[in-house]
Amino acid sequence: MAKAIEARNLNIYYGSFLAVEGVTMSIRPKTVTALIGPSGCGKSTYLRSINRMHEVIPGARVEGSLELDGKDLYAPGVDPVGVRRQIGMVFQRPNPFPTMSIYDNVVAGQRLNNKKMRKDATDELVERSLRGANLWNEVKDRLDKPGSGLSGGQQQRLCIARAIAVQPDVLLMDEPCSALDPISTLAIEDLINELKAEYTIVIVTHNMQQAARVSDFTGFFNIEGTGKPGHLIEMDETKTIFSQPKEKATEDYVSGRFG
Amino acid sequence: MTIDTETVQRERLKSRSGAESTSLVRAELPRWAPWAVFAGSLVLVGGLLAITGFSIGLFVVGSVVLYAVVTYALSRVVEGGRKATDRLVTIVVTSAFAVALIPLISVLVTVIGNGIARFDAEFFSSSMRGVVGEGGGAYHAIMGTLIITGLAAVMSIPIGLLTAVYLVEYGGRTRLSKAITFFVDVMTGIPSIVAGLFAFALFALFFGPGVRMGFAGAVALSVLMIPVVVRATEEMLKIVPNELREAAYALGTPKWRTIVKIVIPTSIAGIASGVTLAVARVIGETAPLLIIAGLTTSVNLNPFDGRMATLPVFSYTSYAAPGVPRDPYIDRAWAAALVLIIIVLLLNLVARLIARLFAPKTR
Repeated sequence: MAKAIEARNLNIYYGSFLAVEGVTMSIRPKTVTALIGPSGCGKSTYLRSINRMHEVIPGARVEGSLELDGKDLYAPGVDPVGVRRQIGMVFQRPNPFPTMSIYDNVVAGQRLNNKKMRKDATDELVERSLRGANLWNEVKDRLDKPGSGLSGGQQQRLCIARAIAVQPDVLLMDEPCSALDPISTLAIEDLINELKAEYTIVIVTHNMQQAARVSDFTGFFNIEGTGKPGHLIEMDETKTIFSQPKEKATEDYVSGRFG
Repeated sequence: MTIDTETVQRERLKSRSGAESTSLVRAELPRWAPWAVFAGSLVLVGGLLAITGFSIGLFVVGSVVLYAVVTYALSRVVEGGRKATDRLVTIVVTSAFAVALIPLISVLVTVIGNGIARFDAEFFSSSMRGVVGEGGGAYHAIMGTLIITGLAAVMSIPIGLLTAVYLVEYGGRTRLSKAITFFVDVMTGIPSIVAGLFAFALFALFFGPGVRMGFAGAVALSVLMIPVVVRATEEMLKIVPNELREAAYALGTPKWRTIVKIVIPTSIAGIASGVTLAVARVIGETAPLLIIAGLTTSVNLNPFDGRMATLPVFSYTSYAAPGVPRDPYIDRAWAAALVLIIIVLLLNLVARLIARLFAPKTR
């Protein structure tokens, strides 16, 4: 199920503005890769380009190549909708659908795409996804209640359940814990550790301890100044990045000397 | 020397305790004070007017002004400037609300008082066919209003809704969407008589001059209704958070399905009340229907065939050109106005019900 991602010389533009320049990165299947770096350095933009979500913004485009298990995601004729079915995403702020119950939120991916499922198959999918997101025990008695009635941390785990219910190959997470308290954060981090047995996970985080705790590989993005494109400075195993990085900028950043 | 310093220190202490700005406790008017002032102003102004000659308008305005002035002065002396301003502004705001309410209540009282006389079963069950003087009813006009407004809604809601979806979800800042926004704004402002003339001119092209039909009236009303629906729906679609759209996209949902299954359901409550307000706006239109739908005394349920009575036109002509004796016509005019108000009221209730049924729930 889990697949590898290979970026070669990826440039990402918003209109004529070059936001991220020359990213070459390979992400192995069934690993957690953390992207760190100061604000505005393009790590979220890069993350969103992996499932072509950045195209939601008019004028966004990409040069270079980005491959999922050897298949070019930006080849002509590739449907971004199909890409997003294989590469799921969890956002910074929990965003369950307010009109739907917890149950309907989990199967939203199926329902929205008009996949007909039998009732027992749907029930099983809901339970499996909620168990996968460590939320089952908290909500099993109120599956018909609205998702927006849950706490922030529960909502975020509901969003993760929703993302894994469509059985993607890759899970992208854009600062999934930045709106959560430490206990909910811990719950999500434990979950990430369990999920990597089945999924390739890429997570953007501002919290370097979090990157050190959850990830196998870490990529450090930086920017020279406002208006300049972001670059991938260095990518290596997490323990290398945090103990003996090759680049001075990385060392300064992870040791808290700037940023 | 020692005595001197002691006096200075005592002075300092005194001035410190006297300085109110450092204290958290402040003097306050007792709860009954504003009411007492209000009653006092009523009595005082009433007494003054009793001498010079009483008038209700002068009595109310004079009392409120006196009440405001006295309360402000009293509060300023006892409580200080900020509290006094607060009380003054509260009085001004409340009075403005009361003034805004006066015409509304006056209309309701007048219409109910005059309309209740003929608000009977016959009014709802019979038409004006062959009726001279007493009796008769507005069944034909009620049906006409419902049919014409219903047709107008059937035409306007899809067009308005889809236009708003285009503007918010697809248009962005393209030249076409700018042009549509501009023309919608222009259409919001056109006088209703122009819409009637437009429908008349349009249908005269096909059916020759002197054409009258209910459907043409519905077209005229939808010209007035579409911009209102577009505006209301546009505002509602705009406040749907972008995060929900992105969440749906990230699940591999195509854009159109995201709009149909996420964006519109999330905003359906607001859209429903916007649409109802648009219906309420056109249901009372008289001028365009006077031109294009005309008036008849008998029931006509076919909007494509000939004249069709409507409540506003019925009310207008009964009042403007009554027969002999005059009174039954006037009574029927008021009763028709009352029925129209009740229909609008029911529509508002329905909109609230829809809004409550579809509103996103939190628990």
